[in-house]
Amino acid sequence: MKAATPEAVPIAGGTDVMVELNFDKRRPPALLDLGRVAELSGWRTDDGHVRLGATVPYARIVGELGDLLPGLAMAARTVGSPQIRNRGGVGGNLGSASPAGDAHPPLLATGATVELASVRGVRTVPADEFFLGPKRSVLAADELVTAVTVPSAAGPQQFAKVGTRNAMVIAVCSFGLALDTGTRRVGTGIGSAGPTPLRAAAAEDFAAEVLPWDDPPALTDEVAREFGELVAAAATPIDDVRGSAAYRRRALSVLARRTLRWAWQDVRVR
Amino acid sequence: MSAPTRQGGLTSTGTGGVGDSPQRPDANLKVRGEFAYSSDLWHEDMLWGATLRSPHPHARIRGLDTSAALAVPGVYAVLTHEDVPGENIYGLEHPDQPVLAADVVRYQGEPIAIVAADHPETARRAAARVRVDYEVLDPVTDAAAALRADAPVLHPHNPGGNLVRHARIRHGSGPLTADVVVTGEYTVGMQDQAFLGPESGMAVPAEDGGLDLYIATQWLHADRRQIARALGMDEEKVRLHLAGVGGAFGAREDLSMQVHACLLALRTGKPVKIVYGREESFFGHVHRHPAVLRYEHGATRDGDLVYVRASMILDGGAYASTTAAVTGNAATLGAGPYQAPTVEIDCYGVYTNNPPCGAMRGFGAVQACFAYESQMDKLAQALGMSPVDVRVRNAVEQGSVMPTGQVVDSAAPVGELLALVRDRPLPPERGATFDLRELPGGVSNTTHGEGVVRGVGYGVGIKNVAFSEGFDDYSTARVRLEVTGGEPVVSVHTAAAEVGQGLVTLKAQIARTELGVARVVILPSDTAVGSAGSSSASRQSYVTGGAVRAACERVRADVLALAGGAAAGLAGGKVVDGAGVVLADLVEVLGEAVVEHTVEWRHRPTEALDPVTGQGFAHVQYAFAAHRAVVDVDVELGLVRVVELACAQDVGRAMNPDAVVGQIQGGSAQGLGLAVMEEIQVVGGVVRNPSFTDYLIPTVLDMPPMPIDVLERADPHAPYGLRGVGEPPTLSSTPAIVAAIRAATGKALTRVPVRPEHIVGD
Ligand SMILES: Cc1cc2nc3c(=O)[nH]c(=O)nc-3n(C[C@H](O)[C@H](O)[C@H](O)COP(=O)(O)OP(=O)(O)OC[C@H]3O[C@@H](n4cnc5c(N)ncnc54)[C@H](O)[C@@H]3O)c2cc1C
Repeated sequence: MKAATPEAVPIAGGTDVMVELNFDKRRPPALLDLGRVAELSGWRTDDGHVRLGATVPYARIVGELGDLLPGLAMAARTVGSPQIRNRGGVGGNLGSASPAGDAHPPLLATGATVELASVRGVRTVPADEFFLGPKRSVLAADELVTAVTVPSAAGPQQFAKVGTRNAMVIAVCSFGLALDTGTRRVGTGIGSAGPTPLRAAAAEDFAAEVLPWDDPPALTDEVAREFGELVAAAATPIDDVRGSAAYRRRALSVLARRTLRWAWQDVRVR
Repeated sequence: MSAPTRQGGLTSTGTGGVGDSPQRPDANLKVRGEFAYSSDLWHEDMLWGATLRSPHPHARIRGLDTSAALAVPGVYAVLTHEDVPGENIYGLEHPDQPVLAADVVRYQGEPIAIVAADHPETARRAAARVRVDYEVLDPVTDAAAALRADAPVLHPHNPGGNLVRHARIRHGSGPLTADVVVTGEYTVGMQDQAFLGPESGMAVPAEDGGLDLYIATQWLHADRRQIARALGMDEEKVRLHLAGVGGAFGAREDLSMQVHACLLALRTGKPVKIVYGREESFFGHVHRHPAVLRYEHGATRDGDLVYVRASMILDGGAYASTTAAVTGNAATLGAGPYQAPTVEIDCYGVYTNNPPCGAMRGFGAVQACFAYESQMDKLAQALGMSPVDVRVRNAVEQGSVMPTGQVVDSAAPVGELLALVRDRPLPPERGATFDLRELPGGVSNTTHGEGVVRGVGYGVGIKNVAFSEGFDDYSTARVRLEVTGGEPVVSVHTAAAEVGQGLVTLKAQIARTELGVARVVILPSDTAVGSAGSSSASRQSYVTGGAVRAACERVRADVLALAGGAAAGLAGGKVVDGAGVVLADLVEVLGEAVVEHTVEWRHRPTEALDPVTGQGFAHVQYAFAAHRAVVDVDVELGLVRVVELACAQDVGRAMNPDAVVGQIQGGSAQGLGLAVMEEIQVVGGVVRNPSFTDYLIPTVLDMPPMPIDVLERADPHAPYGLRGVGEPPTLSSTPAIVAAIRAATGKALTRVPVRPEHIVGD
């Protein structure tokens, strides 16, 4: 169907689509309601991964996936209001591809892949190759996001988002972190501080290298600070109506520092 | 033509007189989503209107071509300034604003053409096809620069150039020197009223050539006067009916789509409905004046004020609206609720090409309050005194003389209000365990306690109630008593706008108290009865409440005369004697009689200010509230959570105690919004955030618990002793919260709203 009318706009929860229609930002000839497609609306575990259907709403992610995908569940908790979390989901977040989308940093941090389907077949794209620019992605006109495949948590994960209100706020900047205590890898995702969601590769390598994985003592201030600075350095923010570039960098370094401490504290407790 | 489907009158039954808190007659409808707001108006034959607006803040219009718009199928009319039959000008105090721009546009969003079509979408698309040839001009966007001699003059006919009003206060002749002097410059950003029900209404043409307009507004008769002038029509032919109002806060004092809908209805001969969307709404009403305020306070070493000097510039934007009155308020209330022997204040209201600014809850007193309260904190610090002590020491009280020379002639318990909030126990310190919802950043998980510092701050403010400076401020009420269905029924008819504040409840309470009748019908507000004045300036309980009471008194006198004998009062549906003994049943006394009175009621007159010295009896009543704010600030991220906001306010008489508390909570929330998030960001005359995605207003997770003390110190001049309630809490919550953030961070924070950048910046 999507192939036959590529101009048809898929609608999942509609929490972005309906806003665009109301603001007269677009007038598609047809809407393609994904709400009734059963394959998109569930999740299952599969060989150490969770395959999360594109239309599973945030409320279910919070309620059902807190153990398997803690980073994504924390991010889902920060999205909008209860009404939005009951409707919106990851497929729509990816479809909009806003740099401020809250699902993106945890997908990047965990090394998730995005599953795309069309009449030409199914392909998978690593989350960090999905985004091309503000509200632009590799999603082709005749393709749908069917699912994301996210490795089940192999260590503590965190998500934190700065907004100028204590709820119902679009990120000024955000940060997702995933530690894999088995492979001793550190994953990161930066939101709303660049044209796309970003990974902080240098920070990941630094932390993987210097964290005392074998016998975890408390994290030193130096390590936390350095990690924060490397994360801030990876961002390419701009000044806009939600905040200044300088503030975003500064806030990211604080979020990175704090989330690393919280995650490391969990490693120690375990 | 028939009336549209809309909200009708409300019947209030049962008990609840003055001093009780009966449920609102529209409460169930509103909670169930069944109340018909103005955007719900419906008529079988209606058309939809849409407006073409200027994208430029300042441009000359060289040409207008509507042909492509008219060619759109489904379009019934496309109108421009040439189609305005009367004077193409309106304005509340100072007519200077075109109904549709003719040769110049002076702000982004100024209406240029209007379209009626059979579908709202068609109307919008057609409006976009009107071709306008603009010569874009440099916008004047800095209010101080607008006053300089070389600034382009935006209104050539205005004698003051870009100056709308200079309000000048000169009081006392003491020296402008003192032992301790503190100075500061403060900035207030542009706040929006952010009502939830956008501008909307429906005009229905009538057989007599006139029309009926169903409209959400604050003042039906002021709308009617301006509409009739623009239509070139007798006022009697323009009949206004209040439609369901979804909030106002000052934003509905000026016209928005009123004349546009009328023009389109007259042209097409069909009912025309216009409803703004959220983005359009940001361009459809005036905002709170942004302000820059410079202050100097001098005091003795003991902390007694010696003098206050202030110079303020209020940016009125492209059209005057109520700028002159706002300027007068900021000046006359500019020293705050404090006694200072010598006061020199200059307040300038200015034209620019920024969005027009006018009435918003607090009306000039908000901007001044942020500045003078910041100064009082600075003074306390310079003196080594507590912020409450320095305020109490200088607080006005009954008998004090204001900088206008006016004697405060009723209760002014400023010191007591401050002591009440100070003496409340502080909320408990944060414990070891945490709930994200109680931390700065909330559920966004930005801190588990790291970087969080608590601060406490105070604020107190002074607001005038009702219209000032010699304005003929009155309201009209028609009250009728008759027997219907074997029961005495009172109907109350006024033109006063119920905007959510609860006037419908209060009118019934007054009727019940005065006439002792359970069943009260509140007739829909319309222009079939005389003006009620505006639902603004915290004035309707006072003025329309006063009118309803006066009309009830006359009705009662007639009924007692009918009863004769020892009849002395009405209670519980009976006529009673002076001792309360039942003499007769009201139903029997009335029989077939209909007793009705219409009363025009005025508060005692005020005076214009002397233009040179600013002296005069300008305000009929003063009202006061004080706040204590407790905040937690994440000093590394600059995020704030207000932990508790205590308020104490004197309301003279709590006419409806639940409604009083509701006003205090709502006003305080609006002040919190100004303190930490609410701002229309304007760059080069262009609004950058016309949506609720980026114009943030507080949510339930931003508003803290509010312990509230309500004092009732009757004002002998006012009906029932009441004092206006709606605005004072909006004033003082802002400076209290900012003072608390300063206490937590040590930052100067001279601008509201305080943004995270200001807290973490160097
Ligand atoms: C009040 C409010 C608050 C919000 N707060 C937040 C927030 O805090 N954080 C945040 O990240 N977002 C927020 N949003 C935005 C929105 O809720 C999210 O982006 C959400 O994830 C969108 O999901 P949806 O299912 O509603 O998408 P839809 O609106 O249905 O679709 C969004 C876009 O994706 C496309 N699309 C949908 N599904 C697919 C698919 N399977 N394949 C291909 N394309 C698809 C659609 O065509 C459309 O372009 C908010 C929105 C509102 C209205």
